[in-house]
Amino acid sequence: MAIIPQQHMNIIVCIKQVPNTTDVRIDPATNTLIRDGVESVINPFDTYAIEEAARLKERCGGKVTAITMGPPQAENALKEAISLGCDEGILVSDRKFAGSDTWATSYTLAAAIRKIADFDVILCGKQASDGDTAQVGPGISAHLNIPQVTYVKKIVEISAGAAKVERMTEEGYDIVETPLPCLFTVVKEINTPRLPSFKGMMRAKYAKLLKWTADDIEADPAALGLDGSPTRVVKIFTPEARKGGEILSGATDDVSKELVELLKDLVI
Amino acid sequence: MASIAISLDKCTGCSLCVKACPFGAIHMANKKAVIDMAKCTLCGACVTACKFMAIELKKDSAPKKDLSGYKDVWVFCEQKKGVIQSISFELLGEGRKLADKLGVKLCAVILGSGIESKAAELSERGADKIYLVDHPALKSYQDDPYTEVIVNLAEEYKPEIILCGATTIGRSLISRVAIRINAGLTADCTGLDIDPTERLLLQTRPAFGGNIMATIITPNHRPQMATVRHKVMQEAAVDKSRKAELIIKRYPEEVFKSRTKLLEIVEEISETVNLSEADIIVAGGRGLGGKEGFEMIGKLAKVLGGAVGATRGAVDADWIPYSHQVGQTGKTVCPKLYIACGVSGQIQHLIGMQSSKVIVAINKDPEAPIFKVATYGIVGDIFDIVPALTKEFTRSLKK
Amino acid sequence: MDYLLTEQQVMMRDLARQIADEKIKPVAAHYDETEEFAWPIMKIIADSDLFGVYIPEQYGGLGGGVMDMCLITEEFSRACGGIALGYAGTGLGTFPILLYGSDEQKQRFLPDIAKGKRLAAFCITEAGAGSDAGSIKTTAVKDGDHYILNGTKQWITNAGEAEVYTVIAITDKTKGSRGASAFIVEKGAKGMEFGKKEKKMGIRASATREVIFTDCRVPAANLISKEGMGFIVAMKTLDNSRPGVAAQAVGIAQGALDHAVEYARTRVQFGAPISSFQAIQHMLADMGTQVEAARALAYATARMVDSGAKSISKESAMSKLFASDVAMKVANDAVQIFGGYGYMRDYPVEKYLRDAKITQIYEGTNQIQRNVIAGHMIKESLKK
Repeated sequence: MAIIPQQHMNIIVCIKQVPNTTDVRIDPATNTLIRDGVESVINPFDTYAIEEAARLKERCGGKVTAITMGPPQAENALKEAISLGCDEGILVSDRKFAGSDTWATSYTLAAAIRKIADFDVILCGKQASDGDTAQVGPGISAHLNIPQVTYVKKIVEISAGAAKVERMTEEGYDIVETPLPCLFTVVKEINTPRLPSFKGMMRAKYAKLLKWTADDIEADPAALGLDGSPTRVVKIFTPEARKGGEILSGATDDVSKELVELLKDLVI
Repeated sequence: MASIAISLDKCTGCSLCVKACPFGAIHMANKKAVIDMAKCTLCGACVTACKFMAIELKKDSAPKKDLSGYKDVWVFCEQKKGVIQSISFELLGEGRKLADKLGVKLCAVILGSGIESKAAELSERGADKIYLVDHPALKSYQDDPYTEVIVNLAEEYKPEIILCGATTIGRSLISRVAIRINAGLTADCTGLDIDPTERLLLQTRPAFGGNIMATIITPNHRPQMATVRHKVMQEAAVDKSRKAELIIKRYPEEVFKSRTKLLEIVEEISETVNLSEADIIVAGGRGLGGKEGFEMIGKLAKVLGGAVGATRGAVDADWIPYSHQVGQTGKTVCPKLYIACGVSGQIQHLIGMQSSKVIVAINKDPEAPIFKVATYGIVGDIFDIVPALTKEFTRSLKK
Repeated sequence: MDYLLTEQQVMMRDLARQIADEKIKPVAAHYDETEEFAWPIMKIIADSDLFGVYIPEQYGGLGGGVMDMCLITEEFSRACGGIALGYAGTGLGTFPILLYGSDEQKQRFLPDIAKGKRLAAFCITEAGAGSDAGSIKTTAVKDGDHYILNGTKQWITNAGEAEVYTVIAITDKTKGSRGASAFIVEKGAKGMEFGKKEKKMGIRASATREVIFTDCRVPAANLISKEGMGFIVAMKTLDNSRPGVAAQAVGIAQGALDHAVEYARTRVQFGAPISSFQAIQHMLADMGTQVEAARALAYATARMVDSGAKSISKESAMSKLFASDVAMKVANDAVQIFGGYGYMRDYPVEKYLRDAKITQIYEGTNQIQRNVIAGHMIKESLKK
């Protein structure tokens, strides 16, 4: 793996705090979400981005800044990111961001990144486990007008100004060369995230996070929040819960014959 | 700025809104509802739930734009190595329905190099118009030239709807296009429909790993863009008699410039059927007890021409590689038939396969959660049943 | 129960617990079966900074004490007493340097141990010298600016895997209890070999081997403190590490107890879960109470050690004695509660019984512990 040692690489990781999906269940009696004590966690895909950022810093030297757009409690996600290897955290938070869809979210994060100004690499997780859209990463690179490579499963080489990466496809992978600065969205296959280190946890505990509002990032109010979002949610409903069908019973040979008969149209 | 408020004199403290809120943003204080603005996303679920109309959501302060100049339904048709991907035919099938409801044309958009001959295929699948851009730089997908071309086409021809496959190419491309042309984009739609009065595309999609569904609109921006996953919609039928209007667009060289360079395409061909594409999957879980159990699974899959899937438990135990893992941390699949053998049916696994058309579960534990979602279930020993099924299918399919 | 831990101790314990649950638990049965040394787990612990918890900050550690080490050892042991020994055994091997080493020696060895880059092992036991540690036969003869070591140490934890060995050897046979000295020997030294890995009843993931010295030259700079201090170094080392053994025993007991309670809740006989039967409830109550008592004594002793108390031998021995007896009793009862399943290797609880036994034997058998305790009690009574 060829690495040209870098004096200093500025790496930004975009993270999101999401509800712990496995805790979100439907109450069959009232058809509503049961959300008592649902834990908020770092979006699982973002942990791979954080790990890759920490590894890039170990390879090349430099600084990792974690950034998130969210409510005040998203601070905990930033602290966790610091315990996992990031150097500092920036919380972009403002009432004006409420109701943002992916367009407004990527606009807001791009504005914040523009304020950071100096960056070589932006890392994002493939998608967030609550929205599952995978749109914010590419949206940020479009707003910043920088190149992107999505679904990155390996950063093969990286040096001042350029990188060579493997991008995962349905059939295998592409090898792509890109100038820096560049935005990468990463997939799970890229690494195994580490557990926090104790020293990292202590750093996180005493870390002073930067907090930026809409004014701090000089955002255009028309592009923020619900008003800045081209898409609107008009309805939320629970999907029809899949119901169990029939249980076949009998001797092995009999049920096998019965099942094959039931499925024969499907398997032709 | 958009805002939400509880009208305290109307609020009776019934707390229906608390239950309705998917984000846990409402709680009761002194028998009145209070909204935590840090958690509220202004989705409006509480407004609908409130029987006393005590919640007011003030939305758009922006003036309504004149969107009448936007017409037609576009489908981005993905091609790889000159072969049109089947997702494109599914989108054309769905696009036809939408175009008919709106009374507009269905247009296919295809980019590539040396692909003029492909236009006929798109005609056969129902396109009224085909926008085709042919250039060596478009041979394989690259973010910059593809984005630039689509942006140029959209700005010139002003479609009201653009549909695209939720593939690795589609998602990268269309997110950038949406930002550039200031359009609303909804990902992974499982349902599309038209509201004829407002000429709105109603985009329905899952969230929270599929635990809730949301319907989304783009009221004030055009085009309305949506991506759709493979195997969710029906393919358009082939009608060889159809002939579409072909528009071959040319652009100046700078449109095709790319900052990134594609050095190599590496294909990892496995002898077994690709799991995400498979129509039939036979999956094994911890009930298999070991690697040998997967040989049994593999035999059944082979007879059915299907792929082999696995639960995380089986993969973690090193009985089968991770590429076969189905579930929250593995692949999401949508086959016609999913046969789950020795799979208990934990929620993390179900998330990956519950939209399968038919689920068959075989497990010796009658209380296993998988039976709650299985179309057909057999309570029994998989080591008896699976070989018996293999034998029976072999016999039946040979006929 | 509130153990009155500091915020930092809570963080450490929670991190250790996360490692135990997410990384150690899933592989415990595998390593018990294959008896391989769990290097991947050692690496994870190293990356978490926890190897250095009891090492001063100036040497790259976290500046904590025996109490912190106990918290971590307990968490790891709950998942696997054998894998935990890679961590705890290193602590035992490091104490001689920590307590009596020169600043130069500390600079040379502690940073890598704190980083988890090098493991440590403590070598005193021999074939003919177990409880009777005074009758060790390994010799260290001065030769210029070296000592030549000859002899065989037996049943050394981490032997073969560790890189830093603290060895007690006789420098002057005529001086009796003042005739031994402590040395630091590094793996790879010429004349140092390891015997085969012992096949043990329990803690199978822990590597136990002979360490054989044949004309092994050790630099004089590796002599800890002064000639003749050997047994004092050894005794003080054991006093400091016995709370750790107590913590390991508490962890094993807690792990077995957790399994037993869960099993009792789910196992249905005579139409009811067995947890509803008084016989089982009384067993669980006794087990739970004993584990809390053992834990309380272990923590109190650890805190006492950390406070710098001069005389800690009696309490140290008490904590080890009590906790190890509790671990054996609780593990035994846990197997009993599991019934037939408790005897089957496919179920996790028989491992706890096999692992618990060693805590009654090593670092001073419980009979020796009783001798130590009684000896101190009598001495104290004499003083009154």
